Amino acid sequence: MPNQHHAGDSITLDYADPRQETRARPGSEPGQQDQRDGWPEGSTQATNEALGWFSIGLGVAELAAPRFLARTIGVPGHHPLLFRLLGLREVLSGLGILARRQPAVWMRSRVWGDVMDLALLGAWLAAPRGRPERLLAATAAVAGVTWLDMACARQLEAKPHAIRSTIHMTTAVTVNRSPEDLYRFWRDFHNLPTIMPHLESVESTDGARSHWVAKAAPGFHLEWDAELTEDKPGMLLAWRSLEGAEMENSGTVRFERAAGGRGTIVRVEIRYDPPAGRLGALFAKMLGREPATELREGLRRFKQVMETGEMPTTDGQSAGHSGLARLRK
Amino acid sequence: MKAVCWYGKNTVEVETVPDPRILNPRDAIIKITATAICGSDLHLYDGYIPTMKRGDILGHEPMGVVVEIGREVKTLQPGDRVVVPFTISCGKCFFCQHDQWSLCDNTNPNAWMAEKLFGTAPAGLFGYSHMTGGYAGGQAEYLRVPFADVGALKIPDGLPDEQVLFLSDVFPTGYMAAENCDIEAGDTVAVWGCGPVGQFAIKSAYLLGAERVIAIDRVPERLRMAREHGKADILNFDDQDIFDKLLEMTGGRGPDRCIDAVGTEAHAGGSFDAVLDKAKAGLFLGTDRPHALRQAIHACRKGGTVSIPGVYGGFLDKVPFGAAFNKGLTLKMGQTHMQKYMKPLLDRIQKHEIDPSFIITHRLQLDDAPRGYELFKHKQDGCIKIVLQP
Repeated sequence: MPNQHHAGDSITLDYADPRQETRARPGSEPGQQDQRDGWPEGSTQATNEALGWFSIGLGVAELAAPRFLARTIGVPGHHPLLFRLLGLREVLSGLGILARRQPAVWMRSRVWGDVMDLALLGAWLAAPRGRPERLLAATAAVAGVTWLDMACARQLEAKPHAIRSTIHMTTAVTVNRSPEDLYRFWRDFHNLPTIMPHLESVESTDGARSHWVAKAAPGFHLEWDAELTEDKPGMLLAWRSLEGAEMENSGTVRFERAAGGRGTIVRVEIRYDPPAGRLGALFAKMLGREPATELREGLRRFKQVMETGEMPTTDGQSAGHSGLARLRK
Repeated sequence: MKAVCWYGKNTVEVETVPDPRILNPRDAIIKITATAICGSDLHLYDGYIPTMKRGDILGHEPMGVVVEIGREVKTLQPGDRVVVPFTISCGKCFFCQHDQWSLCDNTNPNAWMAEKLFGTAPAGLFGYSHMTGGYAGGQAEYLRVPFADVGALKIPDGLPDEQVLFLSDVFPTGYMAAENCDIEAGDTVAVWGCGPVGQFAIKSAYLLGAERVIAIDRVPERLRMAREHGKADILNFDDQDIFDKLLEMTGGRGPDRCIDAVGTEAHAGGSFDAVLDKAKAGLFLGTDRPHALRQAIHACRKGGTVSIPGVYGGFLDKVPFGAAFNKGLTLKMGQTHMQKYMKPLLDRIQKHEIDPSFIITHRLQLDDAPRGYELFKHKQDGCIKIVLQP
């Protein structure tokens, strides 16, 4: 197959450090492509890592020696299967934390695991034939770890962007019209839903601010307010979403006169944080709503409208029966 | 209305489908008065072109009378007689404005499909797979013509349909093939394939100053037409070795200009490479059967031109690019830039320089289209060109 790269397009997935991300102005150069830690602060990193390893250590012990462990903490009766399941949970949490993908989620899973452990310990304390002194010691130990887990989870969650996956897209199209004409179309954000069908509406709320509604999936909408951060008539528009956006995003459109009177090169650059992170982005792709494709097709429609006054279509044209209708005939 | 619909390899049927309607401001609807089956329709009939869907309406050589226009169509009126080119062009993009109409940026709603295969997408076409737009074709009683203000060519009264119908594709296509040769005084032009495009390429080569045209085919009726109407010398590739014969006829130099009017499904029973192509295509190991192209490049004079109006779609095997390079050949190709040629060729018809109706061998009713496809595919009954009348 030929190289399927589209000239003028590039899509990079940035798993960016939030501190760098906030520094990145809209319109700054394509960002960092390296994958960085999800840890927000250096100081908590050691604790997080220690808890991750602790999870794995405890889990392995539960998996490998369930009976020994049960005896040690004074549990009445034999529950090897239960201990192995608990062990599995511990190992998963530990791996999740150490892999640093969404560590807050995994840290929170540790907290729920702790709650489950405490509930079990409570039940065993109330049961006959247990060894209360050992169970109480175990309970105290788990309570201590729970406190640590909660503290770490809260700290990680307090930095919601620590784990975000910013997607960065650039694409370009050449349109046989003047930069001024093309700028005018974009400046009126109302026009955008006609070329970008995944946008339901864009309304100006005041001069520089606008309210955007996008279709995320059938029946689901994302809304945000955005403001213009730069506006150079006939040359450039830049915007970014405001506080409270359901999808944080920013972008620029540049209009450059092409050499030799060949119209205008329109360069669009967009950064956004897909809701639900990478999983959300993957889901969108499976639904055929991959934003990079939507953007490319949107720019194609923009060109078609600006050059010809309409968008070519075959929707609603005639065709012979196909499939079932034909079999019934 | 009735329409000729594609249902798979070797299956077309005349069906009753809804009448077309205006979908965009620059659309027009025409009532078809004459429409033809093209050699390239056989590529669809043979299942050679990907992205066809069951029920697609075929046909891209239509003419008729305007019955309805969209609100932005200022150049046509209901009642106008028009010929509609097989390519759809917007008239506003860089390519249209540089007379490269078949490379229009804006008329293929499925441009992304073509981009996967070709990098960037050429113009939309009537009735020629979804990769080229999926537009319903003109083998029907009515046709929706997108961008009709740029596409449809008005025909003056007094010229019968049969004289102007082939302005829709094969006449301009043969003409552009000859023009792409950059013919100089004294040139010998060899034309592979004596179907309708080949016949018009032969005529056009003489119109453009060729000294001699050599026509190559295997079908006796086609060769006879090339000799009688086209005044060409003829070679039957079943009877003789084409390369040796061409060199002998040109004093050892080879034809100055070579036209491959065959395209992707070359028949050449006796030659090893053509048999191998057919086997590979049958096993889905190859996409095209470029036997004629190979031979044209091999035979062409040093510094000569190979012009390719024949349609190719994929990744061609064993094309002698070394020969093309080392002999300094010029290769020119592509779908026809219809709007560049239709009006000047209409003028030539009006001046009686050419009467394109000579290629018609069969006139059938639209209902007989399935039989027409069979006749044309198997070259039965002397079939060279079929005109359908709704």
